[in-house]
Amino acid sequence: MSKFRVVHYINQFFAQIGGEEKADIPPEKREGAVGPGLAFNKAFGDEAEVVSTIVCGDSWFNENLEEAKNTILDMIREEKPDIFIAGPAFNAGRYGVACGSITEAVKTELGIPAVTGMYIENPGADMFREKVYIIETKNSAADMRKAAPKMAKLALKLAKGEEVGASAEDDYIPNGIRKNFFEKKRGSQRAVDMLLAKINGKPYTTEYPMPDFDRVDPQPAIKDLSKVTIALVTSGGIVPKGNPDHIESSSATKFGEYDITGVDDLTADGYETAHGGYDPVYANEDADRVVPVDVMREFEREGVIGKLHNKFYSTTGNGTAVASSKKFAEEIAKRLIADEVDAVLLTST
Amino acid sequence: MKLELGYIDIKGIRFDDYNAIEDGVLVVDPDELVKPVLEDELIKSAHFEIATPGESIRITPVKDVIEPRVKVEGPGEIFPGMIAKVDTVGSGRTHVMRGMAVVTAGPIVGFQEGIIDMTGPGADYTPFSQLHNLVLVMEMEDSGASAHEYEKAARMAGLATAVRVGELARELEPDEIEVFETPTIAQSYSDELKDLPRVAYVMMLQSQGLLHDTYVYGVDVKRTLTTMLSATEVMDGAIVSGNCVSACDKNTTYHHLNNPVIQDLFKQHGKTLNFVGTIITNENVYLADKLRSSDWTAKLAGFLSLDAAIVSQEGFGNPDTDLILNCKKLEAQGIKTVIITDEYAGQDGKSQSLADADPAADAVVTGGNANQPIVLPPMDCVIGTLDYVDKIAGGHDGSLRPDGSIEAELQVITGATNEMGFNRLSAR
Amino acid sequence: MVKEIERAGLPVVHLCTVTPISLTVGANRIVPTIAIPYPLGNPELSPEDEYKLRKGIVTKALEALTLEVEDQTVFE
Repeated sequence: MSKFRVVHYINQFFAQIGGEEKADIPPEKREGAVGPGLAFNKAFGDEAEVVSTIVCGDSWFNENLEEAKNTILDMIREEKPDIFIAGPAFNAGRYGVACGSITEAVKTELGIPAVTGMYIENPGADMFREKVYIIETKNSAADMRKAAPKMAKLALKLAKGEEVGASAEDDYIPNGIRKNFFEKKRGSQRAVDMLLAKINGKPYTTEYPMPDFDRVDPQPAIKDLSKVTIALVTSGGIVPKGNPDHIESSSATKFGEYDITGVDDLTADGYETAHGGYDPVYANEDADRVVPVDVMREFEREGVIGKLHNKFYSTTGNGTAVASSKKFAEEIAKRLIADEVDAVLLTST
Repeated sequence: MKLELGYIDIKGIRFDDYNAIEDGVLVVDPDELVKPVLEDELIKSAHFEIATPGESIRITPVKDVIEPRVKVEGPGEIFPGMIAKVDTVGSGRTHVMRGMAVVTAGPIVGFQEGIIDMTGPGADYTPFSQLHNLVLVMEMEDSGASAHEYEKAARMAGLATAVRVGELARELEPDEIEVFETPTIAQSYSDELKDLPRVAYVMMLQSQGLLHDTYVYGVDVKRTLTTMLSATEVMDGAIVSGNCVSACDKNTTYHHLNNPVIQDLFKQHGKTLNFVGTIITNENVYLADKLRSSDWTAKLAGFLSLDAAIVSQEGFGNPDTDLILNCKKLEAQGIKTVIITDEYAGQDGKSQSLADADPAADAVVTGGNANQPIVLPPMDCVIGTLDYVDKIAGGHDGSLRPDGSIEAELQVITGATNEMGFNRLSAR
Repeated sequence: MVKEIERAGLPVVHLCTVTPISLTVGANRIVPTIAIPYPLGNPELSPEDEYKLRKGIVTKALEALTLEVEDQTVFE
């Protein structure tokens, strides 16, 4: 039997074109395997082969969603593949969204078995877990060696029309469809094991995560803007030049609080970004593009708003664990309330 | 309390004109054994059949599964308050006929009994396909008696038969002996135990009425407050099933006698944890009862100064609320809790699995999705009757196909998604 | 982050480019922005036009603060 034909989607970084400064490159197609494709070819063995690789910049994809999808679908169609794989994107948010979007498009519009992979906290995971198979990876590319065989295994199952097992068996992120399977241990033993882990503060995985009710009711609207104090918060990593608090460019462990009393404009001389997940040039040229101090000052002068809070808060969103950002936000909120702030504009990059 | 269980391994069952255990084979005289069953005037007819693992046999409608045991030393007898007089059991020595069960079958409520297949795909889902089963098939009189009265007659016939069979193991030398000892409060602070996390088992018992009942020392559990007993009492039959409810997640008397949570907690007792007590609580139909019973669960857990608990459920639907209330109130006291349940996520697996939910329930073990469709191929032999297959919970009109195969949900299989964690089945 | 600040009692407007992510993370008032590296700007415009663009988005965000919402709302 001839090998299954595989088309692989990767971003500019994994194609070794460049980092954030190249995130705006449009899609291009290359023959054969590129970068991680080699790991896939190894995992596929005699059964399948990467015949073509499509490379696209993460920013370009996300900012030109429809055009990106259509262009890439055309490229894939030409190759007549039996299997499509995207990524894995690990914890790269925009790459994850791109992988999820294109995998979904291939599955629904081309009807070709398609698999992607990413870290559970990648925003793309929540957006696409119920639409496509997403193999769960760790949060860094060091996991490629383990991730590629898992993705290859599931892709081959789909291509051969074999039944896909439960998420815990076939290593995909739970997709909202509950599926029975036989565990190695009986339930009571699993319960005792889980209890011991819970008692000892060790990690354990619940077999049935409670449905996510975690929505917060919207706060009531502000009646009169001219009487309130508004604060600016950002996950775009804007910091005073030199990054005095050493906010990490990724997987932040802290946030910064910066006094802007008397500051009318975040100039290139005074401010920059610590964020490692997007092209920093534009934010470094003018940080108001991320934290709009200049506009807010004008509104303050004109009396549109009562007051711009004299501090802004900043952290970097990319790769930062949900639990950490939650903790930051709780602390920021506490300080804002103590300072009698009434409302928040939060900007993300 | 200290109890020794002496296991007598049963490797087969055959009929003859005498009763004995010979080289691990149970020999019974079916005519003699059936006589006391027929003394109940509600039972019109009864007879015994044998089902061996691997045989092409389907048993249905199954009411209860009971393991024969006999008390050799210590106070009381098996099934106190039900078959024997009331006396506290759970100490001394008990002989267990391991590898077999008495199965009661026959129409009682019709739609609330289950299926045991001894081979094929269905056999993978029920633990009872692995046992040598002595099946007591009963038919009730059309005397106009209520379903409750029929249920009681069938329940008592099964328990009494198991006791009579168990008596044959009294004088035998066990193949294996296991010792279980539960601590008093003072003992739980002994030097060997005091540094280990204090863990209790919270066992929820079906008590919805309408034949969804459980009995403790003969007391209908819906009329009790949450209480405590020694885990060894359960091994002597302090708790029996009076259930006619969805087959997959009701606890048969066999499950109670061999409670897997109790067994697995004992295995860790004195090593990684301190198994200090067993709390039993009910699943009543009134909200006030649910609130009160879960309050008492939390209260007793507090009296025991627990660090952690495992809660097992029985049944589904409104008992999900009892489960979540118990979990929430334990967690609110800082008691780390794991719950065991099963799921009704729809045949496509896409629905919400439980009727109730709370973020405090962050450690859940599941026995699987009871709605999963399954096709059971025809069997050469049916013990009981297929008349009720279309009506059984988890079956539907047309479940029984002309060739004798059955297309239904896993729900129809006795013990398939047990919520004591008896099985390996799970879901994600 | 949005959710936790709102939970603490402050109304929040989330200004971001990839609004589906904002919906997933549970923001209630969402205002779409220009691009990931420059949500509130556009380097291709003249400084005056860019400022005008930013002012427009911030104005929309302030308006969003003054409007009652019952569910997650994207102010296009």
